[in-house]
Amino acid sequence: MVVSTAETKGADALFHALADPTRRDILAVVLRDAHSVSDLARRYPISFAAVHKHVGALERAGLVTKTRHGREQRVRGDVATLRTAHRLLDDLEALWRERIDRIEQVLAHPTERAPQ
Amino acid sequence: MTVTSVVKDADARTMTITARFDAPIGRVWQVWSDPRQLERWWGPPTYPATVTEHNLAPGGTVAYTMTGPEGDRHRGWWRVRAVDPPHTLEFEDGFADADGNPSRDTLTGVIRVALSELAGGGTQMDITTAWASVEAMEQILAMGTEAGMTAAVGQIDELLSLPARA
Repeated sequence: MVVSTAETKGADALFHALADPTRRDILAVVLRDAHSVSDLARRYPISFAAVHKHVGALERAGLVTKTRHGREQRVRGDVATLRTAHRLLDDLEALWRERIDRIEQVLAHPTERAPQ
Repeated sequence: MTVTSVVKDADARTMTITARFDAPIGRVWQVWSDPRQLERWWGPPTYPATVTEHNLAPGGTVAYTMTGPEGDRHRGWWRVRAVDPPHTLEFEDGFADADGNPSRDTLTGVIRVALSELAGGGTQMDITTAWASVEAMEQILAMGTEAGMTAAVGQIDELLSLPARA
């Protein structure tokens, strides 16, 4: 694909991060309450390292932030970033729905100018 | 209802929107193949598009300018990848600088259009839009919707009204 020139890895990471069910689940948990990585690791039948990796993917996407509390790091979800992802998808749908409505008008009135 | 389904695939960064029209396939194809019809629906109503170049052949270019209520102009382009009238069209979609020069850096995504005939004479249109990045998607939206365009122009106004920083 030739569509990657303007890509920013950080921005792309957003949808990649949301595509995995375990990461979505981790995100749902830390959106409610901050948790340490070891807390999170206890909730899933996967290794600490695997959970750590998932948290890393979420962090790169800006979906979670880590803050230090004494000896442990706490992971917290970022609602604003998640809203951005949802809004983008919804807005893209709205854009094409508007265009399809206008196509319908063009089909109904092939020679008129669109009302300005 | 015209739109029959919307499928969003966050991982593949695609959205497929399916619509059905009560018109034969050759007629629906014209909204893409006739520049005068294309410019009636591509841009939002207050930012009408004027198509200045329209070559629906592989490697061909479609160029357009959208003009806003303040006279602000925004240029965009398509680069046609594949075309099979009246069934399929695939193109890269991007924006251009003020002189109309398309820049690779402004490539925002790829759009695939597939038309198929329905029993009873209608036409189904599947549009799959794949965007290059979240920033690209933000740009598509800013240029594609009235709210987005107004916001973009508003931001420029805001920037111009700010005192220059030392």
